[in-house]
Amino acid sequence: MVSNEEKRARDALKKEAKFGEDIDLDAYHEGRRDIAEVESMEDLPEDTRTTMLDSGITPSGKGRSGNFLLMDNSVVHSAIMGEGVELMPLRQALKVHDWLKDYVWKAVQPDTDKYTAETYLQKADGYFIRALPGAKVKMPVQTCLLLKNRNTKQYVHNVLIAEEGSEFEVVTGCATTKGVEKGLHLGISEFFMKKNSKLTFTMVHNWSEFIGVRPRTSVIMDEGTTYINNYVALKPVKTIQTYPTAHMNGPNGVCRFNTVAVAHPGGVLDLGSRAILNAPGCKAELISRTITTGGTVIARGQLIGNSPGIKAHLECKGLILSDKGVQIAIPELEARVPDVEMTHEAAVGKIAQDQVEYLMSRGLTEEEAVGMIVRGFLDVGIRGIPDHLKAEIEKTLKETDVRGS
Amino acid sequence: MLEIENLTVEIEGREILHDLSLNVMTGYTTVLFGPNGSGKSTLLMTIMGFSGYKVKSGRILLNGEDITHLPVNERAKRGIGMMMQRPPNLTGVRLKDLVRVTSKGNVDTEKVAEELDMARFLERDVNVGFSGGEIKRSEILQLTAQDPCLILLDEPESGVDMVSIEKLGVKVHDLLTGPTHCAGWREKSGKAALIITHTGQILDYVEADRGYVMCNGTVACSGNPRELLAEIRKMGYQECIRCKINQANLIKENIVSEG
Ligand SMILES: Nc1ncnc2c1ncn2[C@@H]1O[C@H](COP(=O)(O)OP(=O)(O)O)[C@@H](O)[C@H]1O
Ligand SMILES: [Mg+2]
Repeated sequence: MVSNEEKRARDALKKEAKFGEDIDLDAYHEGRRDIAEVESMEDLPEDTRTTMLDSGITPSGKGRSGNFLLMDNSVVHSAIMGEGVELMPLRQALKVHDWLKDYVWKAVQPDTDKYTAETYLQKADGYFIRALPGAKVKMPVQTCLLLKNRNTKQYVHNVLIAEEGSEFEVVTGCATTKGVEKGLHLGISEFFMKKNSKLTFTMVHNWSEFIGVRPRTSVIMDEGTTYINNYVALKPVKTIQTYPTAHMNGPNGVCRFNTVAVAHPGGVLDLGSRAILNAPGCKAELISRTITTGGTVIARGQLIGNSPGIKAHLECKGLILSDKGVQIAIPELEARVPDVEMTHEAAVGKIAQDQVEYLMSRGLTEEEAVGMIVRGFLDVGIRGIPDHLKAEIEKTLKETDVRGS
Repeated sequence: MLEIENLTVEIEGREILHDLSLNVMTGYTTVLFGPNGSGKSTLLMTIMGFSGYKVKSGRILLNGEDITHLPVNERAKRGIGMMMQRPPNLTGVRLKDLVRVTSKGNVDTEKVAEELDMARFLERDVNVGFSGGEIKRSEILQLTAQDPCLILLDEPESGVDMVSIEKLGVKVHDLLTGPTHCAGWREKSGKAALIITHTGQILDYVEADRGYVMCNGTVACSGNPRELLAEIRKMGYQECIRCKINQANLIKENIVSEG
């Protein structure tokens, strides 16, 4: 018997996404589902471990509550070290928890577009993370999604549940192993936050020149929840289109999206974040700092105020460091009731000459001055990032070529 | 030393400095007076080499070298350092990081920050949300880290409250009297300074040797800085301008009588 949901997904298999270049899904092989499990992430080859480190993942698992590693379409490692949190492959979790079926595909609709439809029909695996009621999980759970073979399409379906009063942190590193220039990553993430829970979610994208990326993320927020989303993409990539959305359904929720990204020559980054404020007292802040050294950045942001007494701010700032680079900022404010406070600030342009010369007057070369200003510009976007990740990101930032072309 | 020869400068196509000449001798502190809009800041910005200040004619010589068209950082390398009147905000750049890079590890910037009561500003973004006085103290901290041999100060005392001015004055004094480390400068002759002052308050902390009064984009007169200040305080800048006009008329008469 074909369920109604499945029928809708089938009908959506050719449905183009609202934003982003249309990707031909038939141009990629299906990712392997039979890659052997690894006992410990430390047993992985050195270049894989380096890639993981660059993406904020600690292969030793030291200082982490849990490890999860997906390679192509195989879960090769899933281990829990800390207390108060559950972590396992989603397919396994669906067998363990009967109630979980009431969550999957409830935050993201299978027929949103061809990417969600195919991921649905492929019954993709991914992580299932659940913070237990009242648990204050001390150390972050880390999950790593790796593209291991060329021309592969990776489907991922993640479900995260923050039970009432829980507090935790998740770090996700998405990357390609060396030599995988071409590939496709489709990732569905559905997060459910129960009353008074708190989650800091940091995602580091570390792809390469010919990778296409289409994440689809929705966060359902209950009363008194706090959701902090950090997104960092500093390395080259061909095309990313994403528009994670927080549905703030309970009163007094707080959400913050920080986005930091660099568009390299040949790359197109279509990065949005959206907060839908449906209950009184909710607060949202969407901050994006992007630079282009020759690629295209489309920084979208949308705030929708559906309830009185909400407060929200949206800020997209973009630097153009190359004549070939393009920055498009599209901030949208939508108020559906009168008693709301919603503001936005958008600015795109080149680096200010007076700032460069000010630093040069202190003896810095032009290149050093530009580097310092650009790092400072991006730094504003990563100030909310947990300390244990900052050093890694700052290192990547230093290595990022910001001279433009 | 610094020699300005017949400098004419344009900003956005408008001539601001006209045929201006002055000297700042090594080891001497020179002060620059003049009414608002007379071109004092323009002169300092031109000496530092900021873009937008276009030299139409004339030269700037530093220790005999023509630096008129050198990039800003090359001038800094040769020992020039400046406190701007209105420096830009550097969002995301922490003061701590800037002074660390500037000092190249040669100056204990934390100690200097402490002395300037600026320690808590080290974590802040440079100039962002700083008050007028805080900007001045931050600039002095940066200059101390940089340790230049020709020090250009644009109204160091303006906006600084009475309590802070003491601390600031002491640091300016230290900056001017410390040993010179710049290549091409004679160690024993000491540093040179060109200080713009509106109120003359800074003269309580530094030993000024020579003063210039600027009017309408050029030098109106020069002399002993304390005497000039006393005169300006007594009679205002109008007197200087009148004196300048008289001088000009005198020269004209001379030319006429010679001709
Ligand atoms: N960036 C600028 N653009 C246009 N005009 C300027 C600029 N900077 C200064 N000026 C003009 O140049 C003249 C001299 O200004 P300034 O050098 O700041 O004088 P002072 O420092 O003596 O008060 C003024 O008429 C001022 O309006
Ligand atoms: Mg001025």
